[in-house]
Amino acid sequence: MAKDAKPRVKVPASAKAGEVITIKALISHQMESGQRKGADGNLIPRSIINRFTCDLNGQNVIDVTIEPAVSTNPYFEFDARVDAAGDIKFTWYDDDGSVYEDVKSIKIA
Amino acid sequence: MQLRKHTLAATAVLGLALAGTAFADPAEDTLEVTTDDGVITLVTTAPAPDHLKDVFDTIWSGWHFRDDTTRDMQRDDFDNPSMVFVDRGLDSWNEAQGKGGESCAGCHQGPETMAGLRAVTPRVDAKTGKLMIVEDYINSCVTERMGLEPWGVTGNKMKDMLSLISLQSRGMVQNVAIDGPAAPFWEQGKEIYYTRYGQLEMSCANCHEDNYGKYIRSDHLSQGQVNGFPLYRLKDAGMVTAQQRFVGCVRDTRAETFKAGGPEFKALELYVASRGNGLSIEGVGVRH
Repeated sequence: MAKDAKPRVKVPASAKAGEVITIKALISHQMESGQRKGADGNLIPRSIINRFTCDLNGQNVIDVTIEPAVSTNPYFEFDARVDAAGDIKFTWYDDDGSVYEDVKSIKIA
Repeated sequence: MQLRKHTLAATAVLGLALAGTAFADPAEDTLEVTTDDGVITLVTTAPAPDHLKDVFDTIWSGWHFRDDTTRDMQRDDFDNPSMVFVDRGLDSWNEAQGKGGESCAGCHQGPETMAGLRAVTPRVDAKTGKLMIVEDYINSCVTERMGLEPWGVTGNKMKDMLSLISLQSRGMVQNVAIDGPAAPFWEQGKEIYYTRYGQLEMSCANCHEDNYGKYIRSDHLSQGQVNGFPLYRLKDAGMVTAQQRFVGCVRDTRAETFKAGGPEFKALELYVASRGNGLSIEGVGVRH
C-alpha cells in the first residue's frame, strides 16, 4: 500500500428523486509518473493510481483510466442523477495492487 | 534585419503594455469558507495595528493578491488541497508514536484543544523565557513527553501537525503580544525586517512595504502577511510554512539565509505576525 493514500469524498447528504448531484472525490497519492530521475540518476519507478470508479447502488456512474500525466492527489468532480436512496461507492486502484475504497450514503428528501 | 526591427518594436510595445498594468490593487473580495460546520467568514483586511499606522492604513491578507482561481480554492474545504495534510496530521495526532506509546491525543484529547495557539504565537514562554513558534511547542512535546528525536522543523511530519493545529485557530484574529518579555524579540525581528540582505541588497520592506500591489516579474507582491500560513503552495504541490517562506525570500536576495526555526527567523515571524494583528488566522491557506 502506497503510504499516505487517503481518500476524501464529498456527496450531499440528501437529494430529491431524479436530482442531478455533484460528487467530488480526491485521493492523496504521490502519482509518481515513472519519468523522473532520482538523485542517483536512476528512474524512479512508476507508482500511480491507474483507475477510479464510482458506483451508485451497484450501477456504474463513472470509470476512469488514469494515466501517468495526472498530477499528485488526483481529484475528480462529476455529476450523477440520483433516483433512489442508497450507497455511493468509490474505488481507486493502485499500480501496486492496493485498492482503496470509500462509501457514502445518500437519502432521498 | 527587417525582421529584427519588427521584433524590437514589438518588444517595446509589450514593455509599455506591461508597465501600464504594473500596479494591481488587492482584489476586492470576501473570504467565506464552506466548512463541515457551515460557512465562516474570515477577516482578510483590517485597519493597520497601532505600531504600523505610520506605514499602512489598511492591512491585507495575501489572499487578496492571488488570482480568482487560487482564491476560490480556499473557499471550500474540499477544494483546499491543504486538507490532505491536515488529515495526515490528524492520523499522526492519534498515533501512539512516543517511546512509551504516547500519542498527542493521550494528553491533549482532540486537536480542538489547540484552538487559539496559532493566533498568539510566536510568543515568549513564561517558564523558559524563550520565544516559541508552534513548531517549538510541537517539538517540546515530541522530545520531552514522547522521548523522540526532534522532528525536522520543515519536515513533512512537522508540517502535517502544524497544519492540523493551525486549522483549529481558523477565524480567530491574530493577536501576538509585542510588549513585555516579547519586546526584545520584536525589536530584533523589526531590525531584520528593515535590513537589506544579499547581493541584491533587499529588505523585506523593499518589496512588501514599499511596493506591495506591484509586480516583481510575474509575481503580485503582497504585504507579506503570515496569517494564512501554513499554506498549500500550488507551485510546490505541498505545504509551506512561514519559516520556509522567510528562507525563500532571503535566498531570492542572493543571500546566505538564516536557518528555518532559528532565533533570527523566529524573531522575524513575531514581528511579521504583529504587522498582521487584526487579520484572521486562515488555518491553512492556498497560494500559488
